[in-house]
Amino acid sequence: MKILVCVSKTPDTTAKISFNGDNTEFNAAGVQFIMNPYDEWYALVKALEIQESLGGSVTIINVGGPDNETIIRKGLAIGAESAVRINAEPKSAMFTAYQIAQYAKENAFDLILLGKETIDFNGAEVGAMIAEYLDLPFLSFVNNMTLNGNLATTSREIEGGSEIAEVELPFVASAAKDLAQQRIPNMRGIMMAKSKPLVVVEPAPFNEVTITKHFELPAAKTSVKMVDADDMEELVRLLHEEAKVI
Amino acid sequence: MSVLVFVESHDGHFKKPALEAVYYGSQLSKSLNTKCVALVLGSADNSASLGKYGAAKVIHINEVSLNNFDSQVFASVVEQIAKSEDASVIVLSHSSNGKSLEGRLAVKFNAGSVAGANALPDIQNGFKVTKSVYSGKAVITYDLTSPVKIISVMGNSLTPQIVGDDCSVETVSVNIPSSKIKVKEVKRVSGQIPLPEAEKVVSAGRGLKGPENWGIIEDLAAVLGATTACSRPVADADWRPHHEHVGQTGIAIRPNLYIAIGISGAIQHLAGVNNSKVIVVINKDAEAPFFKAADYGVVGDLFEIVPKLTEAVKKFKAQH
Repeated sequence: MKILVCVSKTPDTTAKISFNGDNTEFNAAGVQFIMNPYDEWYALVKALEIQESLGGSVTIINVGGPDNETIIRKGLAIGAESAVRINAEPKSAMFTAYQIAQYAKENAFDLILLGKETIDFNGAEVGAMIAEYLDLPFLSFVNNMTLNGNLATTSREIEGGSEIAEVELPFVASAAKDLAQQRIPNMRGIMMAKSKPLVVVEPAPFNEVTITKHFELPAAKTSVKMVDADDMEELVRLLHEEAKVI
Repeated sequence: MSVLVFVESHDGHFKKPALEAVYYGSQLSKSLNTKCVALVLGSADNSASLGKYGAAKVIHINEVSLNNFDSQVFASVVEQIAKSEDASVIVLSHSSNGKSLEGRLAVKFNAGSVAGANALPDIQNGFKVTKSVYSGKAVITYDLTSPVKIISVMGNSLTPQIVGDDCSVETVSVNIPSSKIKVKEVKRVSGQIPLPEAEKVVSAGRGLKGPENWGIIEDLAAVLGATTACSRPVADADWRPHHEHVGQTGIAIRPNLYIAIGISGAIQHLAGVNNSKVIVVINKDAEAPFFKAADYGVVGDLFEIVPKLTEAVKKFKAQH
């Protein structure tokens, strides 16, 4: 069983967001970056669970510059066997998916996992794009998966419920909460990660059609209007007349 | 040329996100001086009604094999229709199925795509589309430079308006590939409007002290016609089911009204709710960080305030 786990780097939720160059690029100065939690907590750990019970290997792949190796090494410390870094700053979801798909085409995998979305852009496009490039089935927002030979039974989140389905390997799946339980790397894992293979691959040429023009910070919220705890009729009036939401 | 809208139906019905996508597509088609074509796959009642939201015509392919969603199959069908209708833009809902379809279509058409657009494109100079990023802390503007463009519309980004009448419905023959995914069962939590679609949400946190106290939250939600939600500690303690958990690792929502009761407002919670149009915070701690993100605040004992608010809403409803 060969499993590929796609991991992304995102700013920590508590990071202060600002931009450089006339608001055209993210200002990384002083920002704490983390591995995207859906990739780390659910996709990677599920891959490791499968490998532990069925054998095989888990490779992680990331598209990004040399700075991303801190995050990649964390993935290796949690338990992945090897890692690949596509040496390019990702400019769009399709760029990322295309680069990962090129690597996956040359190295047949039985299963490709990634988080359901990144916590910074929340697009949820990359998984479907990789599946399309590879002409594979795609299951999104998977919160449960069991494997029996080549047949996987999955549960995925849909609006207001869940959908149970069966699909044969190989396929691509995006991981939602409950697919696995977060693992904290231990000291032995951290030491071993230092000597695990991390291959750097140069990106394939790609014609960008989703161009980032600029960013804006939303207008500061006007200060909160306090309502007396004994006057809920006033709150209802404000919600009706002023906010117009009831 | 046309703007093609993929319209999702659930158990034969069109829900608000689907109508939003049609209305968005029709408004866009007007500014592009072209027509809006709505595409419905699988069983659906009254697909002609999509004309009311601006569709010039509906293509409805009512095949049993399209009743369950498979992004690979659906993307192939949407691709065929987009080609036959000469679509320059494909519009979808930013829903769990819409998201999977969008990625596949972007690859098929080598198309620029925006997942979760929050407004209509600016077509004055290029094709500029905005979306909210970094947990609502910024807005990004993209320019899509490809001949075909794909947009999924974030829920509650615009209010669908009635702009026309029922329209014609046609069916066309398409090649439907066989699905590699076998859907065994679809389980839906009945009753409430699902959180991502809810216009009003009443949410509670640890301030409620225990699951036995949720009655006051449910009463308030019931009179408002709101969906109930909760914070992460509450879901983790199994006071409430996980599908009610809103926040960064739960569901991200953007209702018109979000009432947070007994929730302090940690940044991870705010990340999932701060795109709500109006936020009301009820908390006994006047220093709770949530008040900084709120439009209206009430400081005091929630066990007294919430029943009073429920009564006030009841009184208001009786008069209006």
